[in-house]
Amino acid sequence: MALSVNIEKRLDRFTLQMDFEAENETLALLGASGCGKSMTLRCIAGIERPDRGRIILDGVTLFDSERRICLPPQERRVGFMFQHYALFPQMTVEQNIACGARRAMKGEARMQAVREVLETMGLTALRNRLPDQISGGEQQRTALARILVSRPNILMLDEPFSALDSHLRFRMEEEMRHVIRRFGKTVLLVSHDRDEVFRMADRVAVLSGGKAERIGTRDEVFADPGTRAGCILTGCKNLSSVRRIDDRHAEATEWGISLTLPLRPGTDALGIRMHAIRPGEGENTFRCRVTEVVENPFSYTVMIRPLCAPPDAVPIGWEMEKSVWRELQAEEITVHLPVDGILQLKG
Amino acid sequence: MDLYPLWNSLRIAGISTAIIIFVGILSAYYIAKLPSAVKGVLDVVLTLPLVLPPTVVGFLLLRVLGPRRPVGAFFLENFGIRLTMTWVSAIFATSVVIFPLMYRTCRGAFEGFDETLADAGRTLGLSNTYIFWHIRMPFCRPGILAGTVLAFARALGEYGATSMIAGYTPGRTATISTTVYQLWRTNDDALAFRWVMVNMAISFVVLLAVNLLEKRKRK
Repeated sequence: MALSVNIEKRLDRFTLQMDFEAENETLALLGASGCGKSMTLRCIAGIERPDRGRIILDGVTLFDSERRICLPPQERRVGFMFQHYALFPQMTVEQNIACGARRAMKGEARMQAVREVLETMGLTALRNRLPDQISGGEQQRTALARILVSRPNILMLDEPFSALDSHLRFRMEEEMRHVIRRFGKTVLLVSHDRDEVFRMADRVAVLSGGKAERIGTRDEVFADPGTRAGCILTGCKNLSSVRRIDDRHAEATEWGISLTLPLRPGTDALGIRMHAIRPGEGENTFRCRVTEVVENPFSYTVMIRPLCAPPDAVPIGWEMEKSVWRELQAEEITVHLPVDGILQLKG
Repeated sequence: MDLYPLWNSLRIAGISTAIIIFVGILSAYYIAKLPSAVKGVLDVVLTLPLVLPPTVVGFLLLRVLGPRRPVGAFFLENFGIRLTMTWVSAIFATSVVIFPLMYRTCRGAFEGFDETLADAGRTLGLSNTYIFWHIRMPFCRPGILAGTVLAFARALGEYGATSMIAGYTPGRTATISTTVYQLWRTNDDALAFRWVMVNMAISFVVLLAVNLLEKRKRK
């Protein structure tokens, strides 16, 4: 159950160039809006046609520009869940799901399959309702049921939770993980939400400007996102350009400080996560002025600027538990930027 | 009261509406898919009959269908059929005048359709024919119905182009609107008034139907 994608498509603002493989796992395409993530799914589904390249699913060539193969969406067996679910508005929940079963089954077998999936997705009581008479979560379940009953070889989820309220989102994410486990084949998840991606994906591809800048396991990508875009997408808010001083030292120009740090070749920027900063002593320790304290529900974000930095330097955000800040609380504090918490980035 | 004009008006309006339902839906469906530049030009051309005075439409039609004009002469010589001054001629005039109404409302309906529904249908394995009839058309049906009723109403009221190409022959080409004019001209106000009432009644019913359809569309 493997998917192999290598395609190119010219778009208005950039050229989409995607090259990745996935096999019986959840691969997340993480990117800002308009980076080509949804377009990639649409190409795989056959709704859009790439200019060049190849798409192979389980040994079946869905698209090959050289061999002039381009299967219609109907023959690709690709389960595509659209951002707003695309339920047919004039059909009931049951009729919507039956549409998914039309390709594979007829008559009584189809009815039976629809009844089963209604039951497993907890939709039996709602089967005669229209899509606009049920909640967002129920709509998502209907969309999923409709896809699952069509027996797809891959499941593609386009921003699956973006249309839901945050409290529902958590519940539906939980349900989705169950569905994915039972499905057992390749799942592509398109999202711009790093928390969602972290909780759901085995591997992550970071997309920017139509390219996958970095592909790796979830933990690899979050520990070392590789590029500025990857850094921002994985939720790191402190970024600074960097200039090499010598083999062991570098200057973070926007933060206005010099760091003892062996810079990898080709590094253009540094990042440090808000919770990787520590109070205390040692290398890369700076006396800092607190410029602002922001209270979050369960933490504080303290904005600090090193005393040695110029006044126009960009402050660094530091997030810590409430109890920690209550003990530290001062106008000036000594801050440690651990070398292994500093991300070295390209681009 | 000779009811021929009522019958003639109804059949002319009915037949031209039936033709225009087909032509209007098809052109709306295919034009909605075209690139926007081509669409803009076609839109202007196809909407022209809506804004041109009916007499101009009638004049242009006579230039084409008249017995000494290319198309008219061809039909007269080869099939012995006159394309002007018969009740059928009024169908040509009426169809041209009501086409933009049908085309515009249908195109609005088609363009309001969310294409992701069709995309979703295709990825689920539904055939394009199934998607057209079971997903796209039900969505657009209220718009198409409203367009049909509007077109029919306009067809019933058509006067200018009709009187030029079909004339007024009692019992042969007379319609309600041309009859009202003739009766007024010949000072038969009483009879003219009765036809006016007939026309009002029909228009009232038709517009009522449009309103009901609009209400259903919003729901």
